[in-house]
Amino acid sequence: MISNWPCPQVGGGYSDELAIVLGEARPHRVLIVAPLFDEANKLRRLLVEVMRRLDGAGVGAMLPDMPGVNESLAPLAGQTLAGWQHAAAVAASHFAATHVLAVRSGALIAPRLPGWHYAPPAGSAVLRQLLRARIVAAREAGREETSEALTRAAEREGIELGGYPLGAALFGELLAAVSDHAASARALAHTDIGGTAPWLRAEPGFSAEQADALAATLVMELRA
Amino acid sequence: MHHHSADHQEHDSAALDTMLRAILTDVLGLKLGQAAAFTPQTDLFGALPELDSMAVAGLLTEIEDRAGIIVEDDEVDGELLETYGSLLAFVRAKRAGA
Repeated sequence: MISNWPCPQVGGGYSDELAIVLGEARPHRVLIVAPLFDEANKLRRLLVEVMRRLDGAGVGAMLPDMPGVNESLAPLAGQTLAGWQHAAAVAASHFAATHVLAVRSGALIAPRLPGWHYAPPAGSAVLRQLLRARIVAAREAGREETSEALTRAAEREGIELGGYPLGAALFGELLAAVSDHAASARALAHTDIGGTAPWLRAEPGFSAEQADALAATLVMELRA
Repeated sequence: MHHHSADHQEHDSAALDTMLRAILTDVLGLKLGQAAAFTPQTDLFGALPELDSMAVAGLLTEIEDRAGIIVEDDEVDGELLETYGSLLAFVRAKRAGA
């Protein structure tokens, strides 16, 4: 079901953001932190299918929108990594999450809870791919751009990458960000799940086997 | 010694070919075996509508990771991804220089 949660806003105060919530009264409640940017679209169906399987196995799960992302009305350009980390921690507390499943670059903003960081990339790798996509698109349009020049400009005044307007602060934070799972969660490699890595696919797809494998991994470890 | 080294290179080259087909299958969501039918003349960039700029970026990043090479900005042009053969030749040349 769709629910609201009070999300901290840039500049203070709270405003409601949406969340998908299943089984919120269960003893185990897994906060799912989706990947940033385009991978969020590629993985959303998989994540919702994992939530259904967790619910079927008696495990609660919630997938909150971060500010500036998905259905959020907050402007993306004003968001920062620190702001998202704070928002994710507030969501974890609001839903009384006992565990976290941070997926891909979602691991860069995950709250410190026991759980799993699934195939987390460094923030610099996220930016490298977005920068490269922009350079490829520019070249097709007959413009020459370079990573170095774009990075310098982005650190100064922000940049639009892949249709996402990123502020200078967020860009700078991403350049240095790495997943900090060792403190509480464990890294989950894609080879443990198997099949084609869903974030690699040019067209969003969905594999029931992958949803089964991911949900089963979580449920087995929660019950161990 | 020389003979042994040539064997090794041939093995590496065949492994690169297999790996590149696997990456294309993953990135483009191809059906199993579809990439096995690629020839050096198979059109990539122009013929595969799935290959938008984001997919090209993902493809190159994945190739870098799995082949252990770095692709420079100025090496990414239309010719690189024109055919399967041009992409394979590029990755082989990069590996030889790595």
